Amino acid sequence: MTASVTSLVNQPYKYGFVTDIESDTIPAGLSEDVIRLISKKKNEPEFMLEFRLKAYRQWLKMEEPNWAEVGYPQIDYQNIVYYSAPKQQKKLDSLSDVDPTLLETFEKLGIPLSEQKRLSNVAVDAIFDSVSVATTFREKLFEVGVIFCSISEAMREYPELIQKYLGSVVPVGDNFFAALNAAVFTDGSFVYIPKGVTCPMELSTYFRINNGDSGQFERTLIVAEEGSSVSYLEGCTAPMFDTNQLHAAVVELVALDHAEIKYSTVQNWYAGDANGKGGIYNFVTKRGLCQGVNSKISWTQVETGSAITWKYPSCVLVGDNSIGEFYSVALTNNMQQADTGTKMIHVGKNTRSTIISKGISAGKSENSYRGLVKIGPKAEGARNYSQCDSMLIGDTAGANTFPYIQVQNNTARVEHEASTSKIGEDQLFFFRQRGISAEDAISMMISGFCKDVFSQLPMEFAVEADRLLALKLEGSVG
Amino acid sequence: MISENSPIILSVTELTANVDGTQILKGMNLEIKAGEVHAIMGPNGSGKSTFSKVLAGHPAYEVTGGKVSFLGQNLLELEPEERARSGVFLAFQYPLEIPGVSNLDFLRVAYNSRQKHQELEELDAFDFDDLVQQKLDVVKMDAAFLNRSVNEGFSGGEKKRNEILQMALLEPKLGILDETDSGLDIDALKIVADGVNQLSNTNNAMLLITHYQRLLNYVIPDYVHVMANGRIIRSGTKDLALELEERGYDWLLDEAAAGVV
Repeated sequence: MTASVTSLVNQPYKYGFVTDIESDTIPAGLSEDVIRLISKKKNEPEFMLEFRLKAYRQWLKMEEPNWAEVGYPQIDYQNIVYYSAPKQQKKLDSLSDVDPTLLETFEKLGIPLSEQKRLSNVAVDAIFDSVSVATTFREKLFEVGVIFCSISEAMREYPELIQKYLGSVVPVGDNFFAALNAAVFTDGSFVYIPKGVTCPMELSTYFRINNGDSGQFERTLIVAEEGSSVSYLEGCTAPMFDTNQLHAAVVELVALDHAEIKYSTVQNWYAGDANGKGGIYNFVTKRGLCQGVNSKISWTQVETGSAITWKYPSCVLVGDNSIGEFYSVALTNNMQQADTGTKMIHVGKNTRSTIISKGISAGKSENSYRGLVKIGPKAEGARNYSQCDSMLIGDTAGANTFPYIQVQNNTARVEHEASTSKIGEDQLFFFRQRGISAEDAISMMISGFCKDVFSQLPMEFAVEADRLLALKLEGSVG
Repeated sequence: MISENSPIILSVTELTANVDGTQILKGMNLEIKAGEVHAIMGPNGSGKSTFSKVLAGHPAYEVTGGKVSFLGQNLLELEPEERARSGVFLAFQYPLEIPGVSNLDFLRVAYNSRQKHQELEELDAFDFDDLVQQKLDVVKMDAAFLNRSVNEGFSGGEKKRNEILQMALLEPKLGILDETDSGLDIDALKIVADGVNQLSNTNNAMLLITHYQRLLNYVIPDYVHVMANGRIIRSGTKDLALELEERGYDWLLDEAAAGVV
């Protein structure tokens, strides 16, 4: 790779600051006692402790998956802090009770929580290390029956909903990281959209890891009742540490008859330095269940951060005529590794799924698409269209595509397209010879490459995502 | 059209350049004045394309000696995009396909970066659209091409016409056409040549790089240079091109080797 291309893709991470705040942190290590302690600190109902212990006991028997195209040193699970929360008054009645340091932190991250400055049509749940510190617009949403709160509160206030749906899409023993999450998760968001309601605003959760030794294990559950719809967005950042932090989240979505859930992610965890030191291990299980007829779940993700990403947001299409969608842009630079994709499991009749995946690899990074399309024996008339495109920036990055297709019904139609393109010296020279700077050239090529995915993001965030990618790849021309 | 007093656009003196450590240009000398059309011919491997890329500033080519003056400024000091904005245009032999970037956006950003550099007004999408419609006539291109990705799925002839369209918009002081005639059928060749003739005027200059005389039937050069082994070994008028067409390059190379030239 030429010097000019190299320098273009090196841009400092601007969210790498640490907030100095007093925390309630338990010692590192994992055991049944630790789980009991977490459950007690969170003042959870008894069924939650059972849920956690069941998960933990399964996890002890499981092995860490090693089939992904990623490599990292052995994680010492006894060396991780499983609970860390900023110290503040126990119960907050309003945002004015939130520690100003925390409000400042989120403000600095571009997520204003205070009444005056908050985004006008987006409700935000802000999560700092292990706990939710504030949720905006709760009352306004509650007026139309929408529940949007931290999952800890939901366990106490809506235990019947939690008991019914938690673990219903991603069972406690689903996989190694999901089991770990089920055992120790500390917070996350809960969304419930009642029958027939179209959620009047975008819902959003912002995750911030602050503690250098703590893992982040959040769990999000969204339930859309019959005929309802919601659009939800999550964003994530973390400080720069020399060590790696583990982030093992679980997201479960349930869409009943005619319901629609749109879930978007802009992931910008700290990716480690140019030599691959530090950064977040992002090992996440996300799955949506299209349980009802004509239901629809759409995942859109823009993955730009993390040292390692292991993530396959999936749809289980049980309801007849249900629709699953996956739109993804995964950008890796320097020593980042991403193994990401989706699973579309067609169970019901005439179910349809669309997969659009765009992988961009720069530096010495490795970027793999891994996807499964499975058509079950009863999925008459099921259809899938997959398109997996890779773009290489320079010539030291790697891109792989691993599509798995299993069809058990001969009326199904499955299409797969793939392409690889490149931004190298010659492409840049072509733009520069027309008077366009190398930065603008890269930005134009990347925007063009990603537009099918960005057009799926909520308007406010599409611009943000475009800017984020440009920023990640911008720098001085050498 | 040409007069002794025309301003000098390009002046190249004893230019040497390497690619991957191998010397390709071994002392190029060339002077081009406003209003002139020059053609550089020569056998494969003589350094013709290298010369065009060095003038445009391709980073893979390393200049090891000599001078290049463009409109009185040291061209070799400038970044490729600065050269372009100052009026150096290279029509590529193999125009690249850029998926996802619309031709119209590409043209507008290129046009506006030159406008900005020359402290002229940048055009918004609507005004630019009006401008580009006029320029389409130069190369007889359909407006549908504007909304497609740059060169993606274009035929060889369409790609070359797209290059000339870019030149028509950017109105360079020096248009360098690197083997623009290669791979064109006769109709496409005429359209491209016609475009070049329309764009050529007393304020600019054209440098045609070509292996064959064919293009020169349609774009009449004022001067023809023959390049071999990294240098110009003979210069003449259009008649030299005709002579080469008839006799090939070998006699000239032999004469050069014998030290006659």
